[in-house]
Amino acid sequence: MAVRVQAGPFDPGAELSAFTRAVGGAGAVVSFTGLVRDADGALMALEIEHYPGMTERAIAAMVDGARARWSLTAALVVHRHGRLAPAEPIMMVATAARHRAEAFRAADFLMDWLKSRAPFWKREITAGGATWVEARAADEDALRRWD
Amino acid sequence: MIDVLYFAWVRERIGVPRERVETSAATVADLVAELAARGPRHAAAFADTAALRVAVDQDLAGFDAPLAGAREVAFFPPMTGG
Repeated sequence: MAVRVQAGPFDPGAELSAFTRAVGGAGAVVSFTGLVRDADGALMALEIEHYPGMTERAIAAMVDGARARWSLTAALVVHRHGRLAPAEPIMMVATAARHRAEAFRAADFLMDWLKSRAPFWKREITAGGATWVEARAADEDALRRWD
Repeated sequence: MIDVLYFAWVRERIGVPRERVETSAATVADLVAELAARGPRHAAAFADTAALRVAVDQDLAGFDAPLAGAREVAFFPPMTGG
């Protein structure tokens, strides 16, 4: 079980290859990679602020929560902070389990929690200035699926 | 003494990322009332607490959370990770 919060870039393919080699008898690996979205071509950069210390602690608690629900053989969360360019990977989640249903559910669970409960704040930089991204009600609603 | 940390637009409104506060506030809400009285920047940041989230010693907490023994309290907007 690994959690990494880092300023530097990462290679999702290399991460997934390394993860897959060390999943300890799993029959299924699921991964999700989030990219910096530039829907209308105006985004110059995305800045991600975080709360050092709490970030790692909160994500580790989420991974523990996933392990309590599903029998995972391995889990990985990588999340960047700092300044990112459009289309760069922001974060990835990978889960490994004996069967695919558990791996899919655990990855989905971790994504829902990371969106709304990990202390990151995104700010979009465009030619017009900088705007804090607002939390979406849909992301908050998604958490209730796991009650 | 409690370290009070601010993130995202809360940090921008207040103008500093953290400050040490001498307080005998019993709860987060009591601390908010003390902080809001520090000046116009603090008052603006704490004007709508429904828009804020709080962590006590790096765990998410409510505004009614007790502060006995707390060393670090952080205020920030709803999180936008992932």
